[in-house]
Formats: sequence, C-alpha cells, structure tokens
Amino acid sequence: MQLVREIGYLMQKDFRLEWRQRATLSGMLLYVGSTVFVCYISFALRGGELPAPAWNALFWIILLFTAVNAVAKGFLQESRGRQLYYYALVRPQAVILAKIGYNVLLLLGLGGVGFALYALVLGNPVQDVPLFLLNMALGAIGFASTLTLVSGIAAKATNSHTLMAILGFPLMIPMLLLLIKVSKNALDGLEFDASRSSLLTLVALNMIVGAVSYLLFPFLWRS
Amino acid sequence: MKNNWWKGLAVVLLLYVAVAGLLMPVPRLAILNESIRNLYFHVPMWFGMTAVLTASVYYSVRYLRTPTPQLDILSHEAAKTGIYMGFVGLATGSIWAKYTWGAWWTNDPKLNGAAIAMLIYGAYLVLRSSFQDEQQRARISAIYNIFAFAAAMPLFFILPRLTASLHPGAGGNPAFAKYDLDSNMRLVFYPAVIGWTLLGFWLAQLASRVAFLKQKVYDKQLA
Repeated sequence: MQLVREIGYLMQKDFRLEWRQRATLSGMLLYVGSTVFVCYISFALRGGELPAPAWNALFWIILLFTAVNAVAKGFLQESRGRQLYYYALVRPQAVILAKIGYNVLLLLGLGGVGFALYALVLGNPVQDVPLFLLNMALGAIGFASTLTLVSGIAAKATNSHTLMAILGFPLMIPMLLLLIKVSKNALDGLEFDASRSSLLTLVALNMIVGAVSYLLFPFLWRS
Repeated sequence: MKNNWWKGLAVVLLLYVAVAGLLMPVPRLAILNESIRNLYFHVPMWFGMTAVLTASVYYSVRYLRTPTPQLDILSHEAAKTGIYMGFVGLATGSIWAKYTWGAWWTNDPKLNGAAIAMLIYGAYLVLRSSFQDEQQRARISAIYNIFAFAAAMPLFFILPRLTASLHPGAGGNPAFAKYDLDSNMRLVFYPAVIGWTLLGFWLAQLASRVAFLKQKVYDKQLA
C-alpha cells in the first residue's frame, strides 16, 4: 500500500516537473512532428503513395527513436543530489515503477500524436484501428519498461547517450519484430486470431522485462 | 585429477566427434548432402554458447548477492567465451549457408536472433569499458547481463518458432527432427553437444584463471 502511494507521489512529481518546464515536452512533440515531416518530404519527392510495409516500418522506426529520446532523459536529467534525496525518502521499487509508469504514459501520448500526424500527411492505410492502437499501447509499455532500466544503467556511465542506443536497440529488436508483425496484420485488416499469439508473446515479454527491472533496480540504485 | 575428469572427457569426446563426425555414414538428403555434418560443429556451438552465457548470468546474480571481484571476473570471462562461441557458430553457419543456400547471410529469424545476441553482448563489453570505477563497473555490467539475458534470450527460442524460416529444423526443412536425425547421427551429435559445451566451460575457466593472476600481479604492484 505504501509502495502504491510512493509511486503515486513520484509520478505526480514527474508530471508536475514536465508541466512546469514545458520546453522538454514541446521539444519531444516537435521531434516527433519534424521526423514525420522529414519522412513525408523524402517520400513525397518520389510521388505516389507509400506501400503498406514501408509505411509500417517507417512508423515504428519513428516511434523507436522517439522512445529512445524521450525515455533517455528520465534518469539522465536527474541530478545526483536529487537521487540521494529520493533514496532517503522512498524505496527503490517505487522509483523504477513510477518512472516506468510515467514513461508509458509519455510514450502513449507521443505515439498518439505521432500516429495522428503520420496518418495526416502520409495517409492512413490501417484497416483495423482498435488492434493497431492496442498494439501501440503494448509497444509503449514494452519500450518504456525496457528503456527505463537501460537509461538508469546508461546514466551511471560516462558516455551515456551512445550507451543508451547500443544497450537499448538490440534488446528492443525482438519486441520490435513482434510489434511490426501485429501492426502489419492490423494494416491488412486480418482477423484477431492471426495476431493473438504475437500479442500474448508481447504481453509476456512486457511482464518479464517489468519484473526483471523491478528486481534489478535496487542494485543499480545503491551506487 | 579428481576435479579435472571433465576436461579429459571433453578431449576424448571432441576427438571422437572430429573423427566420427567426418567419417561416419550420414543420411543422404537432398540439398544438404554431406554438409549435414555441420550439425556436429555448428549446432553444438549454440548449445555451448547458451550454457556458458547462463553460467555468466549465474555468476552475475551471485555477484549482486555477495560482491567479490572473483565473481565479476568469472561472469565477464564466461560472457566473453560465450561471445567467441557465438562467433564460431555464426562463421560455421555462414560457410554452410554459402554452399547450401548460395549466400553468406539471409534474412532469417534464426540468423537475426543470433546477430542480435552478438549485438547485446557487444554492448555488454562496451558498457564494461565505459566505467573507471571497478566496483561500479562490476555491479552495473552484472545488472545489464541479467537484464539482457532475461529480456532477449527467451525470445531466441520463441521467435523463430513463430515465424516461417528457411533454417533447417523449421518450416519442414530437413534437419534436427525425429525423422531425419537417424540413430547414427545421434551417436555423434549428443557427444558433440556435451564435448563442445565442456570445452566452452574449460575455456572460460582458463580465461578466468589468467584474469585472477593478472589481478594478483596488479594488487602486488599496488602494495
């Protein structure tokens, strides 16, 4: 119970901080916007519509880079002193769960905005929108839980920003493959049965990653 | 000698595998032909790699419970041995693919899984090298080791089974299955798996001993 309250406070703090210094939030939104626009411009040069597999792959690559950039700042921004302060106040599990929760919501927001913009300029070939959105939500949870611990690890090292990418990308490829597969099914409007096993694997993967983060963060925290 | 019997076993088994693997009769299968003998060398590499990397994770877990430099060295050297075995596995697979499929590399889930595993452990090595402080390096790389193993390893066993694959053993392609791995091949294949796995552990042990000695020399110089 105590844990849930601590998570609540920490998430509230994160949102309040985000709202007060709107520069980072608007920076991320602009990042999504300009990436989508760059993609649009580079494909519009060729003329004609983007084929569905390319649309799909491009969308997920945009989301991947957005996620890495958005989550990276989670731990990199926190100063050492502030970390010590949390250390005195709350338990480590609350810190990691709150960060994951906050990042999930952040990525959901960014993904939603990205999808809207993307569909606006590049057309929306998705035939099964609910499945696509469900898949995106699972993707947001997966990206957030993987990248949050990775950003915690990277923040301890000297060359954090490079490390963030090289530590995170290989871990996310399996997840990304599943996500791209399900989202292709949603694009083609296949029945739900076709994506069930992949979706279940995604859920299981998210749970594994979340559980391992929960178990390992206290050790990371100690340093 | 009492504690080293397994090294003798490894030598005997691998000598047997080298001789019997190249000389014993194998079933005549279309496309595969004599290249089926790669089963004795390529496949055990992955078994060995998985076993050695599991040992590495085991030492990482133990390190987090009781931090000693020895456990860190053991985990690091086991991971390095796993990487070597992975590279040998990739090389034997690649040469085999050139002669059976006609290409060094194809876009196949199993191959991609192997490549991702190598990327993850490459990232592990980079992470290790980006810390100055030894204790911090040991703890944080142990955390990443466990996290990467838990997040990615299960998928290498699940993902290829979810997607169609050209690789032997999947999608009805002839390979390691009950109808074509005949009893003659089993006679060599199982010893090969045990032999290469033992060799992997032996290599890791030797490397760890060298590292222990280096540490000792270093400590003496400091004293």
